Amino acid sequence: MRHSTSMPHDHHDHDHDHAHALLPPDPALRVRALETILTEKGLIDPAALDAIIDTYAHKVGPQEGARVVARAWADPDFRTALLNNADAVLDGMGLTGRQGEHVVVVENTPQRHNMVVCTLCSCYPWTLLGIPPAWYKSDAYRARAVREPRAVLAEFGLTLPAEQAVRVWDSTAEVRYLILPMRPEGTEGWSAEQLLPLVTRDSMVGTGLPLSARDA
Amino acid sequence: MRIHDMGGRFGDGTVMRDSDGTPVFAQDWHARALAVTLATGSLGQWNLDTSRHARERLSPRDYSRFSYYEKWISALADLLAETGVLTRAELAAGHADGPAPAALTDRKLTADAVASTLKRGGPTTRQGPAPRFKPGDTVCLMRARHTSVPGGHTRLPGYMSGATGTVIRCHGAHVFPDANAHGLGEDPQYLYTVTVKARDLWLAPEHPEDEVALDAFEPYLKAT
Repeated sequence: MRHSTSMPHDHHDHDHDHAHALLPPDPALRVRALETILTEKGLIDPAALDAIIDTYAHKVGPQEGARVVARAWADPDFRTALLNNADAVLDGMGLTGRQGEHVVVVENTPQRHNMVVCTLCSCYPWTLLGIPPAWYKSDAYRARAVREPRAVLAEFGLTLPAEQAVRVWDSTAEVRYLILPMRPEGTEGWSAEQLLPLVTRDSMVGTGLPLSARDA
Repeated sequence: MRIHDMGGRFGDGTVMRDSDGTPVFAQDWHARALAVTLATGSLGQWNLDTSRHARERLSPRDYSRFSYYEKWISALADLLAETGVLTRAELAAGHADGPAPAALTDRKLTADAVASTLKRGGPTTRQGPAPRFKPGDTVCLMRARHTSVPGGHTRLPGYMSGATGTVIRCHGAHVFPDANAHGLGEDPQYLYTVTVKARDLWLAPEHPEDEVALDAFEPYLKAT
């Protein structure tokens, strides 16, 4: 193992000890400098960087999670399998991968509303929802979601009834969570394709609800 | 304790939501920062826990003033220097002194390997010893004291310190980040979800039935 850098005697806890202080202060220039040095050393391939960016900017995003939710609403057997063993179901749909290696899906009910946070960093199911939005990564969300979830939800325009308890999932370990929202009323008999546009990103994080049938 | 451990903290103000149609990357350099970080991970000089700890041990002043991707690239620069992949002189100059050794360049992530690398990810499930707890058990969370190394990496947030809760799920054994971040091996440990009532965490809970569900490794737990 080569992680001697992190042993207790070697914590660089002072600003002037940190190597990053040698780089330009402007963050855009800081990235460019790192990219330049690493490319010159033969350690990164600019075309690989472009492929990574293209993946997360254009290919992977909340539309993947929405597909899963819409199908779970329309297909009771799929829903049961998803809630019992999401990894097997998602693997079958090609939806596992980096930051989505181990996924648990939890369902909202009239008695319980679920929402997800990572208080220690910004863990998020990339394979299903893409790169997390800025608010999910913000100090305010990370600090407050566990202590005053209802106040945070109110800032998202969501006020829950008193009979619905909130369970906040602090996903600080290696399991990533996707919320299965309650199916909107008035959508009986709708197909997964019809339901798909009702699924919002925030409804799968628990900071929002799906759109209603009349919004379709 | 470390600055990143902010669950329950007061004073951060309103959550600023994004509007519909906000691009995934607000600035081009955000995308480059993410891509450089992911690509250099393929060099195999550190693991995900090491890189998380590199962000956590930014100075509190830097951690607070840096934006999200500034934290990433600053921690990455620190890791690259600490592992000897780059020298401090190269960071200061903004250019390489020479090519890296073949043992490293051979590991470079190429464009054609990006899709399979992202698809593979980094699964953390491992064989472990028999679990000590089962769903329904009442457990007490240890003091958040960083189980391996002072100031080290842990997934046990401070606000949960000493709380009593209920095991509701067992996720099998996983790589133990508290050890893995520090070169102490993968040391697989069982991972559980433990729920704790808001009224047992906060002086003024919003609702008597609200709760927090935390994913907690077995060394964080003791029987009550």
